[in-house]
This record gives sequence, C-alpha cells and structure tokens, in this order.
Amino acid sequence: MSADVELDGVTIRFGDFTAVQSATLRINNGEFFSFLGPSGCGKTTILRTVSGFLEPSEGKVRIGGKDMAGFGPNKRPTALIFQNLALFPLMTVTDNITYGLRVRGASRDERDKRADELLSLIALRGQGKKMVNELSGGQKQRVAIARALAVEPQVLLLDEPLSALDLKLRQHMRNELRNIQQRVGITFIYITHDQGEALTMSDRIAVMNAGVIEQVGDGKTIYDRPATAFVASFVGENNPFPGKVLRADNGTAIVETAFGALRGKIAGGLKPGDNAILFVRPESLRLGQGGADTTFASSVLNVAFEGNASHIFLKGPGKKDITLTVGRHDGAAIPEQGSAAAVSYDPDLALVLPEGKLASE
Amino acid sequence: MSRFFIFLIPVVVIAVFWVMSRYEAKGRHDPTRKSFLERNGTVLGIVFIGLVAFWTLFLVALPYLYMVQESFHPKLPPLKRGGPDDFLTLEQYRSFFVEPSSGDWNTNHMSAFVFSILASVGVTALNFAICYPLAYYMAQAGTAQKVRLLMLGLIVPYWVNEILRAFSLRLLLASKGLINQAIMALGISDTPIDFLGTDTGLYVGLSYAYLLVMIFPLYNAIESLDKNQIEAARDLGAPWWRIHKEVVMPYAKPGIASGCTMVFMLSAGSLAAPLFLGGPNTLWFTAIVYDFFFQAFNWPRGAAYAFILLAACIFFVMAMLRLFKVSLGETIR
Repeated sequence: MSADVELDGVTIRFGDFTAVQSATLRINNGEFFSFLGPSGCGKTTILRTVSGFLEPSEGKVRIGGKDMAGFGPNKRPTALIFQNLALFPLMTVTDNITYGLRVRGASRDERDKRADELLSLIALRGQGKKMVNELSGGQKQRVAIARALAVEPQVLLLDEPLSALDLKLRQHMRNELRNIQQRVGITFIYITHDQGEALTMSDRIAVMNAGVIEQVGDGKTIYDRPATAFVASFVGENNPFPGKVLRADNGTAIVETAFGALRGKIAGGLKPGDNAILFVRPESLRLGQGGADTTFASSVLNVAFEGNASHIFLKGPGKKDITLTVGRHDGAAIPEQGSAAAVSYDPDLALVLPEGKLASE
Repeated sequence: MSRFFIFLIPVVVIAVFWVMSRYEAKGRHDPTRKSFLERNGTVLGIVFIGLVAFWTLFLVALPYLYMVQESFHPKLPPLKRGGPDDFLTLEQYRSFFVEPSSGDWNTNHMSAFVFSILASVGVTALNFAICYPLAYYMAQAGTAQKVRLLMLGLIVPYWVNEILRAFSLRLLLASKGLINQAIMALGISDTPIDFLGTDTGLYVGLSYAYLLVMIFPLYNAIESLDKNQIEAARDLGAPWWRIHKEVVMPYAKPGIASGCTMVFMLSAGSLAAPLFLGGPNTLWFTAIVYDFFFQAFNWPRGAAYAFILLAACIFFVMAMLRLFKVSLGETIR
C-alpha cells in the first residue's frame, strides 16, 4: 500500500516566525521525494507536519486524498525515521522492529514472522536477539528503517538519517535506501541538506530556502535549469556574475558584469535594465580564449589538486573566488599561481537568472 | 565483657584488611607505585588516616555496633551492668513476638509493625502517583520558565520546619478545620469528615513530607530521556499510556527505584508526622521504639525493635528491587 501526499497552501508559524510559507506541492504515489535546503529552511518542519507532530497554521495536508487535520502521528499512515534514529535502547533488535505491531495488538507469531522478513530485508538475519547498542552505526540505521517499515506505512518519512554516518557508509546507505524503496514500493519523503544525497536518490526534489519552496523537479532539471538564483547557487558548485541585462532576445541575454559583457541562456522573463546574475558552473569554464561575450580575463589565485580533477581558483567579481574545474584527462595545462588567465565558456551552458539571494551569503 | 568485645570488632576488621592488602601487595610489586605515606608525607598521611579512621569508627560504626550489642542484653539498672545478671540473650527480639510479662502473642506491637510497613508502601505508591506526572512534565513537557517556577513552588515549602508543617496540616484537616468547613458550607456533607481519625491526615502528611525525595530522582531519570524516543513510540502508533509503560518507565526505572526506596525507608522510620497526624488509635512502629528509649528507659528492647524494623525494610526493598530487576548500584547512580 502506498499513497500520495499533498500539501495545499501549508503555512506553519511559530509565534511571529513563519517557518514555512504557503507550500503547495504533490508527492506522487511510490515516489522518492526529497526536500533539500540549508539548515533552518523549514524542511524538517514540513516533515513534522506530514507526520502529524505539528498542525499547519494554514492550509491542508492530504495523504491518499484524505485530509489529515486532527489526526495525531499515531493515527496517520506514515512512519518517521529520526535524525538520531531514536531506537529504544532497552529493547532487542526484534522488539524494536516489532514495537509498532505490538501496540497494534499483533500476536507473537505474527510479529516474529514479520521480524524475520524485515531482518532479511535489511540483511541482519539472525541478529534479532542482540541489543541495539551492540550494533554498528550502519546496522542501527537499517534497524530504524525496518522498525518504520514494520507497521506497513503508506509513506515513509526520513529526517536526515544518514547525517551521523561517515562518508563511505553514507554513500553505501544511499544505494541501500534507494534499493529498499524500490523493493517496498512506498512513498519516501527524504529531508536533507546534502545535495549529493538528494540528487543520487530522489525521483524529484523540492529545494527550499527560508520557508519557501523555490523549485520542484527531478535532479537533472534542478541542476541544469535552476529556477532561481538560490537554487543555482545551492545545488552544486556555481560561479555567479551579477550585473545588469544589456540585451535579451531569442532565449539569450547579455549581462554587463564586472568582467564586461557576458552572454548566457535566459531563464526568466528578463528585460534590458533588470538586475540579473549570470551563472557558469566550474566544469563549464575553460582556460583560454573563446568567442565574443563569452571570454573574460582574471588571475589565478590558487590551484587545488584533487585526484580526478584540479580546481583553479580565480579572482572573482566580488569577494568570492571563481572556481574552474579541469578534469584529469582534459589535457589542459594547469596555470601557475599568480599568472593572468583568459577564461571562456560555451554560452549554452551559462544561465542568466533574475537577481536573488544566493546560498550561504 | 561483650560490650568491650564489640569495640574490638572494627579494629580487628581493619587489621585483617590491612594484613590482606599487605599480602596482596607483596605478590605484585610495582616500582612506580608509591605508598600512601610516601605520596602524602608521613605526618600528613598519618593525620589523614587518623581523621578517616575517627570518622568511620567513632561516628559511623561504633554507635550502631553499640546498639547491636545492647539489643542482645537484658534491661538492667546501671549498677548491675557487667555483673552476673548481664548475659547475652535473644529475649529482646523474642519480646517482639511474645509479650514477656503475660506470655501471650504480642499482637499489639506486631500489628503496629505490619501497619507501619503497609502504610509506608501505600504512602510510597501515593507519592509515586503524584510525582511521576509532575516529574514527567518538568523533565519533558514544560517550558524552562514554567519548570523553574514549579521547582520553586516545590522547594520553598520545605523551608518551613516539619512541626509547623504537620500542625498546619492538622489545622486544615481537623473536624472544624478549613476543609471540613468548606465541605459543609458547600453542602457535600452534613457532618464533618474525620480525616485525622481515619489516618487520611497521616497519609497526606507523610506523602507531602517526602515529595521532594521522590520527585528529584524521577526528574533526573526522565530528564535524560531523548524526546525523540517518545515521539518515535507515538509515531509507531502507541497510545500515551503505552509510551509511559514501555518507553519512559523502563528508562526511568533506576530513578523510580531510588525514589521509592528512599520514600519507603523514610516514612517507615518517620516519627513526627505519625505522632502529630495519626489518629488516636494509630500506633506507628517508630513511636513504640521511641517510647522504649525515652519512656520505659528500656534501651535493649528499643534497640532490638529498631533493628527488626531496619532488617524488615532492607529485606523488603531488596525483594522489590529483585522483583523489578533493578540492581542496587543503579539506584544510587
């Protein structure tokens, strides 16, 4: 059983503070959906509202088409996986997993059967008698998933459950989570501030900032065609060149920046004279001369070798440096620190967006 | 003779321990380890040892040991002590069960004993029922400001001394007291309710006297529980009473055991509240002990009774800890 989740104009206020501002979106049945945003953007608040720990100040939450107002967390077809997992330390693995069944009055046989199924799903068969504290971090993670799945929720809610793991384990658990989701086939709503997690696992992503959903789309759309300056700067690395639009026609615009006139594809309805930001990703920048309006001159501040790629930091238009990434086998010569460099790009890979708040400013 | 012997016991015990430690140290010689006297200097070391020995021997061990041996002696006037009539006897312990003057079963004292224990169990249960919700609220639910206010409200009344507190409760609960006047004015009852005669006052007074002793261990235990555990249980569908039964209480078990043990021990051994608030027919066991010491001047029998109470309380508490699978170490954490 699986269900879709609908947020209809959901606004959540704590006193004077608005944590979430009229969020409206629809999460499809069986989808892996992520809310991505910096800490404090309201994504956890949304999750707690869907799970029933918070009631929206305005708007409605519908799960499977049914309005959830007045239903507590114990009455909703959702299960939540907490950031710190919140496993019960005084219970065995099996007792943890079957707790939800026990409070629903399932018989011991039924519970044991379900525990066996879930233990093999999370590859912990035969370890049900252990105490939770005897498990490793990754195993605890999987027990938390099994405990939530045991009650056969229609929607599984995950609140940054991987953030406490080390890098290797985190990458492993990404695949595992995705696999589990495809096997059980229910809706997953995943909260994260890690864009890598969101991009690799999700069918669709909602990028949030300061309580507002800035864009909803699949990973490729979010990365390649960000809708706002915030999304462009938060998802992946990006180099912003703020300026004023000089000309805008045929889907391209020329922006007068601190580095002169630069050309890029236009996304929003921009007119000449508007404030805008041109974004070019580090991997889209090249060393060397290019065409008119797609070349600028800067100087090399620093070079960082990272194995598969090298990052070249150039003097930027503002306080922030420009990053240019050269692949290991691109064959480009890495310039000396302090030398002048001409930098160019393919205008199809540059995006002009209306001025807006950037990430981590 | 036996009185002199009792003073030797701690000295002998210490000597035995000392010899054992010397024997052990001989086997494993550790050149980096300095002896206590080397570390602290001879003079200061001796002063330390002397002070600690004085404390443990004279202030802790000896008074109790003296009472123990006293309980095994007959009651004698001072002149006859140490004479031919002064022999070791179990008579004082026997007198708890069989009254020596008449030879009948000592039902009077035994029933007072049973009543004291049962009433203390009741007071402990009542206290727990009052304190658990309060402690839970303070530890998990309340805002910091409200918790501070509540804490103040709990602590400040304890600045008032016990006698004043007991008598003001008496004033409140008396047949012409405030509560009865209110009840009669509201027409709930025509005749005053005898709170004091039915021991209601006693239970209220005892519960109130040891409220803090219960609430702080509970508060400490519940406070360290991760809120997410409560939410997780709720999210998995548990109703509130199951969350308390299966998540909060098991976690707080050491605190619950600690609070209940202390309240039980203190109320079984309390003297003032039963004296002031008990009904006219209520005989609290400690009052009997008190009378033996100060009215009958029968110290041996008083001591024997006191040790019977102590042993019974320890046995009862140990049995309870066993039943609820809590180790003694956990309760004093």
